[in-house]
Amino acid sequence: MSDLRELYQEVILDHNKYPHNFGKLEGADYHADGFNPLCGDKLTIYMNLDDDTVTNVSFLGSGCAISKASASLMTDAVKGKTLAEARSLFDQFLTLVTDADAPVDDAMLGKLAVFAGVRDYPTRVKCASLAWHTLRAAFDNHHAVVTTE
Amino acid sequence: MNTAEATTVAAPSFDVDRIRQDFPILARMIREHRLVYLDNAATTQKPQLVLDTLSHYYAAGNANIHRGVHMLSEEATAAYDRARGQVQHLLNARAAHEIVFTRNSTESINLVAQSYGRRNIGPGDEVLITHMEHHSNIVPWQLLCEQIGARLRVAPIDDSGTLQLDEFERLIGPRTRLVSVVHLSNSLGTINPVQQIVELAHARGVPVLIDGSQAAYHMPVDVQALDCDFYAFTGHKLYGPTGIGVLYGREVLLEQMPPYQGGGDMIRSVTFEKTTYADLPHKFEAGTPHIAGAIGLGAAVDYLLTVGFDGIGTHEADLLAYGTAALTEVKGLRLIGTAANKASILAFVMEGAHPHDVGTIVDTEGVAIRTGHHCTQPLMDRFGVPATARASVAMYNTREEIDALVRALEHVREMFPV
Repeated sequence: MSDLRELYQEVILDHNKYPHNFGKLEGADYHADGFNPLCGDKLTIYMNLDDDTVTNVSFLGSGCAISKASASLMTDAVKGKTLAEARSLFDQFLTLVTDADAPVDDAMLGKLAVFAGVRDYPTRVKCASLAWHTLRAAFDNHHAVVTTE
Repeated sequence: MNTAEATTVAAPSFDVDRIRQDFPILARMIREHRLVYLDNAATTQKPQLVLDTLSHYYAAGNANIHRGVHMLSEEATAAYDRARGQVQHLLNARAAHEIVFTRNSTESINLVAQSYGRRNIGPGDEVLITHMEHHSNIVPWQLLCEQIGARLRVAPIDDSGTLQLDEFERLIGPRTRLVSVVHLSNSLGTINPVQQIVELAHARGVPVLIDGSQAAYHMPVDVQALDCDFYAFTGHKLYGPTGIGVLYGREVLLEQMPPYQGGGDMIRSVTFEKTTYADLPHKFEAGTPHIAGAIGLGAAVDYLLTVGFDGIGTHEADLLAYGTAALTEVKGLRLIGTAANKASILAFVMEGAHPHDVGTIVDTEGVAIRTGHHCTQPLMDRFGVPATARASVAMYNTREEIDALVRALEHVREMFPV
């Protein structure tokens, strides 16, 4: 159980139960669908941009605790950021969940650092990264379905 | 070649402790817990007899089969042929040449779709399947239907996961050219009334393929008694190696079917003008087959029949009943698949906990289950769930292992309270 608490941090469990920015954003400028065919996780990201700043972002869908909490915390994190800042955060996040030797930069990652435990569960990386891949597709205004398979 | 010396197999009276000793992997520790392997519907573990047979073949008997005049080739050919005989015996087929070795059930079904299907199914014709099919018994027919302009029809199931036989019967129409149904559902555990299905289809002159991937290692299958036209199963779920599968086909149908793949071993003579094909079953076995796999499967069949389906069936039914009762006690757990006639499969969802999280948490206790859609997405849609968690038992599982699963599920409940 103690190892599991590294993966399922309280923050993650809270965001799974009470996700932030959950729901369709009416009149969104951008949206994209993400799908993880292995486990059936599905989500849609909605986003409004002012110039290149994310003014509002939300998500809708179903998935495991890791993918839902990741989407919730991601939407909190990128709101108000420029596209360049959000892309940079995505890179940092991917390193966080995949690179076992990478130092965890709490200052840069903020609450997203709670996903550090995912690096010990390689099969769950795609759960944690689905929302981010989908967000990037929304940036690029791809309406194709993104998968993390 | 002689197969390896038989290692201990279970006595006629079913003794699960003795059986467990035949499966070396069951002694493995996973995250400081003894492995509790409940992912048997995905693949079963291998008894020492199969491991020894594979090792002995490669160490002492490896050669390519057919046309070799040297001793090793003769031995390998004999062992390969013997394996076919063992499978014939398992299925009670009339003749050994009705047994075609393939890679797996998927290839067996594709073979029928492309060889039998392209010859016998035309534009506007129909292929009838059920709502509980594995993707391997959906997609080959979709491909065929797309190629020839035929139509795929799907018989419905009820909320328990039981095939609605009256609807199924109604869907066998004048354009139905083939029925293809799963014997035992990998996602629900439902055992379909295949005998009745064959009778209903044959009464209308429609041949039947049965996908026996899940059934063949849980219950005796007699293709003559069933009177089915094709029966497909895979070796790795029957305690044998991966990469070897079986298609049983009624001789008269196999005879009229064109080859599925061309190449070596499947020909009688080749000229640039005209090639004639080999007799059954070689017509359908182009190229060097998985010789070791077939011989290993033969050993698995020997092992299975030595243990005996009587003992296996009784033991697994006890595990299923015990597991069903135990899981029902877990707060917020709902079983998916509650047909009256089922085997082996305990699929479920838990309120407030996604199956993927369930799988990760029980794995930390050394309990291996499968989570996801189990290659049955239309079935998940039917039950309105994105995925399920699935525990599936085999002959070597115990009530204590079910208890370990339930204890691990209590940890899920602590992490995700309802």
